[in-house]
Formats: sequence, C-alpha cells, structure tokens
Amino acid sequence: MKLTVNGTEHEVDVEEDMPLLWVLRDELGITGPKYGCGIAQCGACTVHLDGVAAKSCQVWAVDAEGVEVTTIEGLGTPDALHAVQAAWVEHQVAQCGYCQSGQIMLAASLLADTPSPSDAEIDDAMSANLCRCGTYPRIRAAVKTAAAKLQEA
Amino acid sequence: MGRLRTIARRTFLIGSAAVIGGVAFGVYSYRKPAANPLEDGLAQGAAALTPYVKIDADGITLITPRADVGQGAYMVQAALIAEELDVRLDQITADPGVPSAAYYNGTVAAEGFPLAATDDRLIARTGRGAADVAGKLLGLQLTGGSSTVPDAFEKLRVAGAVARATLLKAASEETGVPVEQLSTRDGVVVLPDESTLAYTALAARAAGIAPVQEVALKDPSDWRYIGKEMQRIDIVAKSTGTQEYGIDLKMDGMVHATVKCNPRMGGEMISFDATEAEAMRGVKRVVPITGGVGVLADNTWRAFQAADAVTFEWGEAPYPATTDAMWEEVGASFSAERQDSRFKDDGDVDAMEIALAAEYRIPHLAHAPLEPMTATVLVDGGRLDIWTGTQIPRFMQVNAAKLAGLDAAQVYVHVLVSGGSFGRRLEDDYVLQAVELAMAEPGVPIKLTWSREEDMTHDFPRPLQMARARGAVSDGQVTGFDLGIAAPSVAASQLGRLGQPAMGPDVAIVAGAWDQPYNIPNYRVTGYRVPPLVPVSSWRSVGASGNGFLHEGFLDELIHAAGADPLKERLRLCWHEPSRRVLEAVGEMSNWGEALPEGRGRGVAFTLSFGVPTAEVVEVTATDRGIRLDKVYVACEVGRVIDPVNFDNQVKGGVIWGLGHAMMSELTYSDGMVEQTNYDGYPGLRIYQTPQIEVRALETDALRGIGEPSVPPAAPALANAIFAATGQRIRELPLNKSVDFV
Ligand code: FES
Ligand code: FES
Repeated sequence: MKLTVNGTEHEVDVEEDMPLLWVLRDELGITGPKYGCGIAQCGACTVHLDGVAAKSCQVWAVDAEGVEVTTIEGLGTPDALHAVQAAWVEHQVAQCGYCQSGQIMLAASLLADTPSPSDAEIDDAMSANLCRCGTYPRIRAAVKTAAAKLQEA
Repeated sequence: MGRLRTIARRTFLIGSAAVIGGVAFGVYSYRKPAANPLEDGLAQGAAALTPYVKIDADGITLITPRADVGQGAYMVQAALIAEELDVRLDQITADPGVPSAAYYNGTVAAEGFPLAATDDRLIARTGRGAADVAGKLLGLQLTGGSSTVPDAFEKLRVAGAVARATLLKAASEETGVPVEQLSTRDGVVVLPDESTLAYTALAARAAGIAPVQEVALKDPSDWRYIGKEMQRIDIVAKSTGTQEYGIDLKMDGMVHATVKCNPRMGGEMISFDATEAEAMRGVKRVVPITGGVGVLADNTWRAFQAADAVTFEWGEAPYPATTDAMWEEVGASFSAERQDSRFKDDGDVDAMEIALAAEYRIPHLAHAPLEPMTATVLVDGGRLDIWTGTQIPRFMQVNAAKLAGLDAAQVYVHVLVSGGSFGRRLEDDYVLQAVELAMAEPGVPIKLTWSREEDMTHDFPRPLQMARARGAVSDGQVTGFDLGIAAPSVAASQLGRLGQPAMGPDVAIVAGAWDQPYNIPNYRVTGYRVPPLVPVSSWRSVGASGNGFLHEGFLDELIHAAGADPLKERLRLCWHEPSRRVLEAVGEMSNWGEALPEGRGRGVAFTLSFGVPTAEVVEVTATDRGIRLDKVYVACEVGRVIDPVNFDNQVKGGVIWGLGHAMMSELTYSDGMVEQTNYDGYPGLRIYQTPQIEVRALETDALRGIGEPSVPPAAPALANAIFAATGQRIRELPLNKSVDFV
C-alpha cells in the first residue's frame, strides 16, 4: 500500500483494515496522533484527510490510499508554527497535553471550513474531542485567536 | 538586590557534585540510619545529594525524578530555580529521568522531587493513623504534607542562588576579576568590560569549588518569574505533537505488547486458549502472566486484535459481583462494629429534635486519563530498565526488583511524561505486568500498551460511598447536623498493594466532612468502614471528592429547611476567617442575593480540603431540553500563586472534572466486571457543556497545591443550583440519573 503522509510517500505492508492511527504510530513512527479510545469517542487520533479532520482510529489503511494524510507534525513545527498552534502556545492551552494534537487538528479543520466561527459553532465542532484535564475554556479562547490571525493573513 | 539572608543550616545545606563535563547543585542531606529497607538502594557514604539543577556544556537542566502528569510541576520548579539562578525559562530543559543512574554514580540519593505535585500528596494526605504509616513510607517519594511545600519553596530558590554565587566565584577565579565587579544576566556572567562568560562554560570549574553558602535571596518585589505569567516550558512541544509520552517511546528492537487480564479485578485465570491468536499476523508470542496473558507482536493494533482472539476461563471475583450487592454491604455498615472514626462530636446530636433525615449515594469512579497505561521494560543480564509515566518511581523500583529477583539497585526507572493521571499513576500494576513480559523475553525491550477497555476495566476506582444524615433547625438557623459516612478504605486497599499494613482510622472516609469550619451546636461526623469490595485508590482530591457532595448537599437541605439563605447561613456558621473570605468572594462575584428569573437557579457549596478553603457558586437554567450550566464562580485561598497560568488551568480543570463526573459518570459492576468499558459508557464533560468559569485567588504567603481543592465543591454547588432552579433535591450521583442535561 502507498500512503502519503505530510507530503511524503510511504510504502507500507499492512492489513487493509489496520486503522490508519496504528499505521502512522507503529509502522511509520509518526506519534503525534494519539490513541485514547479506538472507538471514535475521544478524538486524540485526529488527522486531516485531504484537509478535513478525521479520527484516524476509524479509518482503514486501505481507505487512506490516494488521500493526503496530514498529522500534527505536518501542520506546523516548533520552528514554524501553524496559526492554530501559535494560538495554542499563546493561550497555554495544554495541561497534560495528550489530547491537544487532536484538538489542534480539529480546530485547524474547523477554521479552514468556517473562518470566523461563532461561539456556538466552536462549541459544536470542538465537542467531537475529549479533554480529561478540562482545558476547554482555553481551547475556546485559542480558536478565536487563531481565527483572527488566519483572517489577517 | 534584596535582603541578605543566611541559610539555616539545620534545615538543609546546598551541595554540589561534579558530573561529566559540569556540575550539579542540590540539597545535601546527611543520611540517617534507617530501618526502612526501601532506603537500602541509597548510595553508600555519609551523605547524599538530591540534585535540582545540572549545568554542563549541553546547557542548564532541571532535574526532576518526578514526572509532570499535566499539573505543571516542571514549570513551578523551573520558575523557582530560574528566579535566583538568573536564567531565562527558555534556557532550562527539564529532565525527568532518575539522575542517580545517569549522572551521579553513587553520590546522589533518589530522594524525589521536593515540591510535591498535588497528586503526589494524595496518599500522604489521607490523614492520621494509617497515613502516618503512609507518610513515613511514602515520604521518600511522595513528599507529603503541606509543611514540606514552603520548605521546597525556599530550597529550590536557595539552590538557584547558591549555584549562581558559585558560578560567579568560578568566573572570578577564571578571570582574576573580584566577584564584587561581576554580575549575571540570563545565564551568563558579565565582566566589567561587558564581555560575558556563559554558565555552561564555567560549570566544570564550578564543580571544583566548595559551593558558596552565604547568598542573598531576592526580595519578592524583584521577582521576574514567580507570580508572573510565564510560558510553560513544555507548551511548544505539547502544541506541536513533539512531546514524547510513555506511549510514544521507540527503541531499537522493541516489541509491542498488550495484556488481557481477568476483568474481575484480582480474579485468577483458570485457563486460556491462544491457538488462534498465536497464528495471527505479526504475533510473536502469547505469554501467561498473573491473572491473564500478554501478547507480544510487531504492532500495537495487532497485539490488541490477537488479545481479543484469546479465549479464557476466568475465576470468580473476590468481591460481591454486582453494584447492588455492594450497596447492600455499604448499607449494612452503619454499625458500631464498623465505626472507623468520630473525629467530630460537638453538642448532643442524639438529643436534638430531628427536622430532616436523608440518605446520599455516590458511585465508583474511574480515573481514565486520556493516555492509557503503558510501560516499556528491558531485562538484560543483571539489569532491569523501566520507562514509564509514574508518580511512584521508587516503589516501582522496589516492587519490580522483588518480582524479578534483583536488588533495587539493579532496577533503573526512567520517568516519562504522562497523558494525565488524576491519581491512577500512584499504582504500578501495569509496570509489573510489563516486567513479567520482559522477563519472558530477556534482552528485548517490551512496550506494553493497555487498550482503553483494559484500562477502564482494570482501574482502581474511587470507592462508592453512602451517607446517612439527620439534622435540626430552629429559629431560622441550622442547629444540628449528624452525618454518617460509610465507604471502603482507600488507605487499606492502596497500602495493602504496597505490602504495608494500614493502621488506625482512615481519614479519607470522612475527609472534607469532619474537618469543615462550621460551628453547629450539635455536630457529629462518623466514619464507617465498609469491608473491602473492589480494590480502590486515590482519585483527584481523594476522600473530599465525594464527601464535599455528602456534606454540602445535606447542609444545603438543612439551610432550606430552616428557611435561611444558603450563603448567609454558611457565613453565619463559619468560624474560619479565610473560609469566610472565599464565601464572601463568591457571593460578590455571583451577585448572590440578586433575584434570577424563573427557571434559573444558583447554588453555593464550600469545602476546605488540602488546606485550601474553596467556595463555588454554580448558575443553571432549567430549559426544555434539560439543565444548562451557565456560570461557575470559584474563590479559593491558595497561598502564593507561583504560576498564574497553571493556577488558572488547575482550578478550572478541577471544576470541570468535578462537574463532569457529578453529571454523568459512574462505574457499575455486573458479574464482577465493570460495565463501562470505554468513554462511550463513561463520558466526560465536553466543551459544549462547559460553563464559563470565573476564578478568584485570595493570596497569602503560604504555599499550597491547587490541583485538587476545586473538585469537591463542584458537585454539591451544581446539585444545590438544580434545587434552586427546579425544587428537585438530588441525593445521588451521577445527577443524570435524576435530571437531563442539555
Ligand atoms: S483514539 Fe480515535 S477517537 Fe479516540
Ligand atoms: S490536556 Fe490532558 S487530556 Fe487534554
């Protein structure tokens, strides 16, 4: 199987139904996407498929073929932060941080789709993901900052 | 620059030790003869150094053998050291590894991080009696009790100051310029001609100098970091997917693994059949371990799949098999034989005229941190290495050694960052499983990852609890409160697993209830110990987490029965000044007393826990679709806020934790097994349900942990608000058994 992740093509030899999450983590060593539940509840595994947020524990490897997979590592890097990541740093959202790869990917996808979301739209979209540490107030603030920044750009 | 202060040598002395290419500074403590076998792993010699900061050619490293489980512990330590060392926070990296193995070679004690993360104080804080045992035992690792915190506040700053002074002396020796003509700035020594010498370049020389002990600590008005908003040192990594957690560890030759154990906690495995599993792609081996099997594979998912393909015959649960049967046991525990404590007994509750009586219930709750339990273990010759997120590295070291038939000194614990804990990582069950697997494959690093299902069904939950309460009122005042609380003992369960006896009463059964600062003429709190049911453990804010609801829920009922105002009557009853201040603060923040429209309601609750008086007001609206949480106001007297961002995060996180579990979470048992096997059955609060939260810190000079105290008042404040909005009094958690939420 050929998978394109963060712009790089990889040849993987895995079962068709291996979840993309585990292809990324254990076959390709891309560990930004996290495992939290495996059943579409937590969103820690969120990546982009052709720019749209998806829970990678629910995507079969075979279905990721021919699709641009972007993980948090491909969104931005410590030296070149994506606007959403910069907002996450500015608002110091993370506590344990384990859910934040997924939260950031979800927010980036939301803003690509809805550049200036209302409070209700933010709550609606971001409710797909779980944060056990309770960073929601800062997530709300960071999404707004990121939206403003992206609009300026 | 500030007032000069000599260090009190009777309390501690800052020492230094040469390390490869540099120097480490820390607390130098004389070894006392100790009967405790846990100390045998300490270095030989008269003294041992607990290093806090290492300076070498690579840079400045903060050494914490304790992991940050999300509560910002690194940051607080870094700020205290950086303040006096005169470095920028971004010049410090944190190293959670155990230093003794890596750098120090026998001159260093693995004493543990001096400023306890709040979770780490859970056990030591569970009270007197049993807790004394725990305190002594855990003192090594779980620096316990509020008294050690102010001590650490000074130790870390003094360590920074001593390091700075010693580096200045080294610079003086190197350049011949007198110390008085030198200054420091952001990690460099500045010479009179404005040229600079980096600390890192001076480290080797500093290692050869006796540490300068006469140091000046900055005056608080000169602080650059303490109490100021700072960028957390892990924040970029945690915003870019580059923070490595235990589950992300990669090693050469590493094999992935998972386990499947009897879902009846502690039950045995009678037999298993792994024929199908062993034939599955990528599966290397299925290894029987205590109470189940481990599957070794080349990919975590393949291990998960294969574990599901193993068939088992499981033994019975060593406890009542259903939640109903457990409740029966709890209900039968309000007896003289099972009375555990009666720390509060004012007036004569037996003589009071009962106005009201009620029964309250709270369920078992899981910790369920988002990162499931993981550990990587390598057994190689006479050495065992463990990489994991943990709050009890030293216990783990001893237990792993025992299991592997090694000396503790042959076991090396490398502490990794964890994706949450909430008390879960005060247990080492998952690590010992990884040790069993690694022993079956010597020379191969085995990374054990639990599935979420394994995690949910093998947690050591918060125990279920029942309260029977009665009270009296007269002339618009609460005059009597008799509260009996029955629960299994967390201390006994947890210490039992650590091989320690639990003696005396378990204060956790009544914590957050018996110790509340109210003057009620007839006031009694009795703890009843339920015989062990499922094994239980410390859960964020421990005993107070549930007792806050039991105490503040029924007190609210009594206040309403008296026809009094919930806030005013609490203030009238409260004798403790700081507690009155937080109650007054939430009153002001919430405009208490100002009428709300029909269908809306405000509830107040207060709990003094972990030394921090905390009051919360919750505002709700009863809508057609259910109860909506509008606002939460929190006021707490926290002592000194070192890191305001972290403070805000921890308090709000605690409120969200308390509300979410109160609204919708419980663990129930059927056939001895947990019925909620993933987040679908055990949901947490989501962002759309999260109210606006306003926090006010009332500061004093004291230093206290803030990860826990905002949890206990959240549930009762919400239940009391629902009563105010709807007239419905809810006495059982989770609340969604009685009302719907939007
Ligand atoms: S791991 Fe994919 S949603 Fe939880
Ligand atoms: S920051 Fe810990 S789970 Fe979200």
